[in-house]
Amino acid sequence: MSESARRGRSTPLPYALVLPATLALALALGYPLVRQVVLSFQDSGLAQQFGRPPEWVGLQNYRDLLGDAYLWRVTARSIVFCLVNAAVTMVLGVGLALLMRHMARGVRLLVQTGLLLAWAMPVVASLTVWQWLFDTQYGVVNYLLTQLGLDYAGHPWLLRPLSFFFVATVIVVWMSVPFVAFTVYAALTQLPEELLEAAEMDGAGARSRFRHVVLPTIRPVLLVVGLLQVIWDLRVFTQVFVLQQGGGSARDTNLLGTYIYRLGIGGGEFGMSAAVAMFMLALTVVLTAPYVRTMLKQEADT
Amino acid sequence: MSRQAPAAVRASANVVGVVVFLLAAFPVYWMVNSSFLDRNEIRNPVPTWVPFGGDLDNFRTVFATDQFVNALRVSLMVTGLTIVVALAFAFVAAVAVSRFRFRGRMSFVVALLVIQMIPVEGLFISQYKMLEAAELLNTVLGLTLVYVANVLPFTIWTLRGFVAGVPYELEEAAMIDGCSRVQAFFRVTLPLLAPGLVATGVFGFIQAWNEFTLALVVMTREDQRTLPLWLSTFTDVNRGTDWGGIMAGSTLIAVPVIIFFLVVQGRMVSGLTTGAVKG
Repeated sequence: MSESARRGRSTPLPYALVLPATLALALALGYPLVRQVVLSFQDSGLAQQFGRPPEWVGLQNYRDLLGDAYLWRVTARSIVFCLVNAAVTMVLGVGLALLMRHMARGVRLLVQTGLLLAWAMPVVASLTVWQWLFDTQYGVVNYLLTQLGLDYAGHPWLLRPLSFFFVATVIVVWMSVPFVAFTVYAALTQLPEELLEAAEMDGAGARSRFRHVVLPTIRPVLLVVGLLQVIWDLRVFTQVFVLQQGGGSARDTNLLGTYIYRLGIGGGEFGMSAAVAMFMLALTVVLTAPYVRTMLKQEADT
Repeated sequence: MSRQAPAAVRASANVVGVVVFLLAAFPVYWMVNSSFLDRNEIRNPVPTWVPFGGDLDNFRTVFATDQFVNALRVSLMVTGLTIVVALAFAFVAAVAVSRFRFRGRMSFVVALLVIQMIPVEGLFISQYKMLEAAELLNTVLGLTLVYVANVLPFTIWTLRGFVAGVPYELEEAAMIDGCSRVQAFFRVTLPLLAPGLVATGVFGFIQAWNEFTLALVVMTREDQRTLPLWLSTFTDVNRGTDWGGIMAGSTLIAVPVIIFFLVVQGRMVSGLTTGAVKG
């Protein structure tokens, strides 16, 4: 590496090699980003669809948005949804990873097979299956709950917002737990066994061994995985969008992503939706900063 | 893992394990099971748990619809094109990042990490406007362009790990034996990278094959739908939903992905949480 590094310094070759990727990213992401900033300062609604040039309105879109109670509702809903999903996923995933160490070999293999299946399912395919499971008339969930003596015959799960988000959370958590469980389990296999034994001999109980030996070892992984969950759950789009098509009320269940889509591509309010998108990007960048820092530190350490 | 936890802990861990397996695997099982059932079994108040007496009628129906065949065609074209272009671009970029130290290298790496985290929902409005202006809406080319940008960062990041895993000394040895630098690269390094390229290519396939949001934005016309879009329009509240047909369609879309995923899973997981594969 160092040899090649010295070689590379004076040649233009590395720049030629990163050029295609850089151009593709600049064209498909960079240019739209610049355009979106401009768009967010313009009045670009239905009138512009019919040929009127967009009007420069300064901060008006942002001012409108800040004063829009609905946007705040959607934002708060997105943040709550994100935090609840990320927290449930982390608790279940980490708990499962810890338990996996104590399972019999065969059972652990079974669990890993099940998790891999759930993880590998394409998102739209899993959405259709879960909708089928939660189907009002013929769904297995209603059938089982009714068998348990509860009054769930013909229960419409997607109709009311709270129960809509319950279904969405079940799906998101089901899809996300495998990644957390596998990654944390992999980190746990790196545990220094001697250290655990030494702690045990010194009379440390299970709880204190966990706090002083296990937790410090897996903390970096927990941080990165938790951060990724927050970032990913903030931008849940497909699950909510498809469930809305399946019968949920869009207005009462919109998250930031579906709101931008419905405002812009659905409603033609491109200026406004661009402003909401900028807001969402800003939120993501704030959340991403610590992730990037951790990854770069690991990169430097290797 | 050699230390033994108390028997009670182990027993309850095993019970939890079996329950988790059932919860995780059941939806996948249910998808395949339902795809074999006919209308009467689907609409039976008591679920049919095992598809005894099931048949392939649902699959026949799916293949007989023009929309499915058309969506399959669009999906195959977009996915294939995306993999080829993304792999080619990512490969040369990964070589640059792991084999050369140049001014701007660090900014490039940071940019990749940041871009990888950008939500597509944050940019699809202006991507839509851009493709509309370029008359690329509802075209394979337009969707491929945004897909390539979507998978590039992760692809470069992962390939970078694979390239770094091939010791540069091997290339040098070949050069001492009389190869030119280019020859050494193609004869020594590239064959060693083949598994990494395959794994990364499969990852790109899964990404593009499953993608929903950008396809929804770019492919607004019915005849240009990809498979996920076709599948999502199946569950329309206003029509009596044909669950058997939907499950057959879902199975058809999911099975190749599940198989591919199982093949490359071990190689790809580490990419997100560590500096990819360490040599």
